[in-house]
Amino acid sequence: MTAVRIPPTLRGEVGGARQVEADGSTVRELLDDLAARYPALGAQLLENGGVAPFVNVYLGGEDVRTLDGLETPVEAGQTLILLPAMAGGSC
Amino acid sequence: MLKTADNLLSLVGNTPLVELRRLSPKPSVRLYAKLEGQNPTGSIKDRVAKAMIEAAEATGELEPGRRLLEPTSGNTGISLALVAKLKGYPLTCVMPENATEERIRVLRLYGADIVFSPAEEGSNGAVRMALELAARDPGLFMPFQYGNEANPRAHYDGTGAEIAEALDRVDVLVAGLGTGGTLMGTGERLRESFPDIVVAAAEPLPGDPVMGLRSLADGYVPPILDVAKLDRKVLVSNAESVAGLHALLDLEGVFGGVSAGAVVHVARKLADDLDDAVVVCVLADAGWKYLSADFWDARDIEQSMEKTVWW
Repeated sequence: MTAVRIPPTLRGEVGGARQVEADGSTVRELLDDLAARYPALGAQLLENGGVAPFVNVYLGGEDVRTLDGLETPVEAGQTLILLPAMAGGSC
Repeated sequence: MLKTADNLLSLVGNTPLVELRRLSPKPSVRLYAKLEGQNPTGSIKDRVAKAMIEAAEATGELEPGRRLLEPTSGNTGISLALVAKLKGYPLTCVMPENATEERIRVLRLYGADIVFSPAEEGSNGAVRMALELAARDPGLFMPFQYGNEANPRAHYDGTGAEIAEALDRVDVLVAGLGTGGTLMGTGERLRESFPDIVVAAAEPLPGDPVMGLRSLADGYVPPILDVAKLDRKVLVSNAESVAGLHALLDLEGVFGGVSAGAVVHVARKLADDLDDAVVVCVLADAGWKYLSADFWDARDIEQSMEKTVWW
């Protein structure tokens, strides 16, 4: 099982939890399993077969968009972090 | 080398590039820092503010004396305040109400007006409010760094060109991700000279208190940011940023801001996996504007920092 960190914006879809668990050997499998467990969450994460534009998915602290996307393999002990897309700060 | 400058705006850019030998994890990786804190108002945003205003003047879009409006959590506002003062434009900045005291004071000293947006909405809230204000009052001119092509172009023509001229080889570029302007513009220019370059973004891991978006629909991706042009995009926690900042100061005597600490953290992390490489870090500002923050001595950095967006 892989730990999945949930941002405040999406905690309502997982009963208020800051962190949940899901299973999968790739990011796609992980997100599919997450969607099966929490359909309301799943509906917001994926769009047109990819990660929704305002969602960032990080594995091992790195955005999966700059890794192998949904096909990025998940290793034991890694954490998946979900974040809403935010405008950078100090700008 | 010019002996005198005709005004402060002609001193924007051409910042020093310094090698960080002690900070590099191994001798075969040469680490360089572009010290953007040495711009006239102390940050990389001087490049962006000057470029955006001069581009709008050139097209005639910005008439003399028209009021400027910009969402900013600090640095861009201060840079715009300098440009606006020297060129004769009044300025209103929209910034999250939890911005550090130094930024608010400096902006007011330069003569800028400030409108505060809700702290919990972070930068997204400032962007939203500025867009609303601009839509209501067509007399305002909003440079809008998040969507203005003059932002990445300032880094293509300036930051990137300067690095390409200074070094014969660059394998990795690391910069902080905010609007995406530094990474897009500098990355594009360096890729022309060094096609195999890895362009890496250091991205802040926001604390819960600043992620007050009601729904994902309130999310925001800056129009000038194309994530497909990044090779790496690495989250950095506040604690990691502060550790990077202390390492910079302790080992090299470079007093950087929070995002500079994050950039150094990512550079060292990437350098660990490299055998022989030249890594350039763009350090967006110095640490002066963060002195009032309580993370310098705090034991629990995450808790003390998570209430504000730091870059």
